[in-house]
Amino acid sequence: MAFNHKHLLGIKDLNKEDILTILDTAESFREISIREIKKVPTLRGKTIINLFYEPSTRTRSSFEIAAKRLSADIINFNSSVSSVAKGETLKDTVLNLEAMRPDAIIIRHPASGAPYFLTTFCKSSVINAGDGTHEHPTQALLDALTIRQMKGDFSKLKVVIAGDILHSRVAKSNIFLLTKMGAKVVLSGPPPLVPPEFKEFGVEIDYNFDNALKDADVVMMLRIQRERQGKNFFPSLREYRNLYSLTPEKMKNAKKDAIIMHPGPINRGIELSTDLADSSKSVILKQVENGIAVRMAILYLLLGGGGK
Amino acid sequence: MKILIKNGRVIDPSSGIDDTLDILIEKGKIVDIKAKIEDSQAKIIDATRLVVAPGFIDMHVHLREPGREDKETIETGSKAAAKGGFTTICCMPNTNPVNDNRGVTEYIISEAKRKAVVNVYPVAAISVGSAGKELTDMVDLRDAGAIAFSDDGEPVSDSNLMRRALEYSRLIDVPIIDHCEDKSLSQNGVMNEGFYSYLFGLTGIPPASEEIMVVRDLILAERTKAKLHIAHISTKGSVEFLKVAKEKGVRVSAEVTPHHLILTDSCLETYDTNLKVKPPLRSKSDVDALVDAMKNGLIDVIASDHAPHTEDEKNVEFDFAPFGINGLETAISLILDHFVNKGVISIQRCIELFSTNPASILGLKNKGKIQVGADADITILNLHKEIIVDKNKFQSKSKNTPFHGWRLRGAPVMTIVNGKIVWDER
Repeated sequence: MAFNHKHLLGIKDLNKEDILTILDTAESFREISIREIKKVPTLRGKTIINLFYEPSTRTRSSFEIAAKRLSADIINFNSSVSSVAKGETLKDTVLNLEAMRPDAIIIRHPASGAPYFLTTFCKSSVINAGDGTHEHPTQALLDALTIRQMKGDFSKLKVVIAGDILHSRVAKSNIFLLTKMGAKVVLSGPPPLVPPEFKEFGVEIDYNFDNALKDADVVMMLRIQRERQGKNFFPSLREYRNLYSLTPEKMKNAKKDAIIMHPGPINRGIELSTDLADSSKSVILKQVENGIAVRMAILYLLLGGGGK
Repeated sequence: MKILIKNGRVIDPSSGIDDTLDILIEKGKIVDIKAKIEDSQAKIIDATRLVVAPGFIDMHVHLREPGREDKETIETGSKAAAKGGFTTICCMPNTNPVNDNRGVTEYIISEAKRKAVVNVYPVAAISVGSAGKELTDMVDLRDAGAIAFSDDGEPVSDSNLMRRALEYSRLIDVPIIDHCEDKSLSQNGVMNEGFYSYLFGLTGIPPASEEIMVVRDLILAERTKAKLHIAHISTKGSVEFLKVAKEKGVRVSAEVTPHHLILTDSCLETYDTNLKVKPPLRSKSDVDALVDAMKNGLIDVIASDHAPHTEDEKNVEFDFAPFGINGLETAISLILDHFVNKGVISIQRCIELFSTNPASILGLKNKGKIQVGADADITILNLHKEIIVDKNKFQSKSKNTPFHGWRLRGAPVMTIVNGKIVWDER
């Protein structure tokens, strides 16, 4: 098992073997979280900074718990109470944090490419926790871990990703990952949010949601951002719900044992009906649980010398 | 003082000259051109194995003065031009204050007289404050020294204003230069829309944003019979519409920048903010169409769109960096290396694009040619000299180039402006 990366910037930079290494490592870490004492000394003495420029509860606390279960010291940098408010540049902020000698910086930022920008001057490992509309690699990895647990071999699967593909870093990372692993990926959503150029990523597009769902093994719903309403990506939430909301009726198109995923937070009754969100088909909370194992694996592989 | 340029390969597309000739310069004018000139009082410049061309003209630069002297000044920008091989530059009006009145135009001209080492011609604003509402006093501005009109940096969004500007410009018959961008389509985009904008997660600017405005302007130019010049054309579609208009006899000319001829949207993989520019770097098929149009004469001019920005401004997240590439000191070498030395265009065509055509579009009767009586503006080129682009050696105050470290063959080696040697790097 070799994992020769200093940073985790995107799924784009990983090959199939890297992805399997991360998933296998994550699988082996899952057990720690169900022990009575949920802690191992693996990363003792390592310092990690959670640098979040966007609101996040799930991802930030998931990284924090993952780091703590590996005995690393992690601090949270909250942009709203920091010197960002005083107009400090990202570069200056990070150079100051780097002077405190962290081993890794986990960054979430509204500008695509911000983690790449950090690597041009950072000594520590940079982990992308979501950059703009670009990538969210740990989300795609925890989704993959969940899919593998539930369905096994990726190459036999049809995965439908539906909703605001254009603005979704989760969709982007999942598309890169699932196509690398050999799954068939079908995108669906209103045409302005699913540009035809996405086919060049090796996926199919079907704007008819019922057709897209035919014989699906996995249905991944994306959060529709309410602020997109009024910008004419789609006419209204009412129309959106009529066409692209996943309801028990629509779900009948998919395979009987199909699973439903969602990166959260859910808009209940908009992209996903409450019945389905709480049904046995939903693996949404399993995704959250797997998030810890995947992030432990990432921290271990980047900081613990796992593969080197 | 007299200057005698000896044994150079003199190329003047305006008269069809391409021969080994000597050129005698006196009091800012070319006074003699023939095979062997002897003059014991003249300073001799040996131009053996060098190309002697009419002075290159960059009709699209941003000198930032007045207002943003931290990025560039008339003085430093003119030095960058001299080093880059340009004898004449036209500066866009998006300064602070905007060059929309005689006061600013006169300021630029008087500063240039005192400090600039090349000829500087101001382009004045089409609309007051470039705000797109009311026309500037175009005749008064022309009389003060403005050579053309543009709201560059901003498009002329209001079609009626564009119509009136074109109509009114017929009084003085100077070009109206438009930065073609439909802002309702470009919105907050930062790169070309397409596969690569989706791959990099950067907000796209669709080619249609430019093409719609190009077509609008062409229609208005046809109706008004005014002189239209399209700035920094960047898409295949724009070129196709330009072709139709030129075939119909519309009085239109167009310029392209070296970066749009050489770089594509796939280069943004690194999120290098020095590649952030408007219009954005386009796709491979757009670049191919631009190169063809430059070759076959559809595109008239190469202009750098020199847009200096400080390192601090560019040293940020891609979304937050300003648009613009520093171009004066790399333009000529890029074109010589990529197109002349690779046989894509001839050196004659290159000189047309950089000198003959801009002079004619701008109505500079004594420039853009090597003839007795013409202004002694001369660009001397060494087609074989190898250079490595080094931003730290720029004369420009700013260093925002994506070409740092590029190895290029072909370079300007001497710049003579009004009979004075302003740059010598032979």
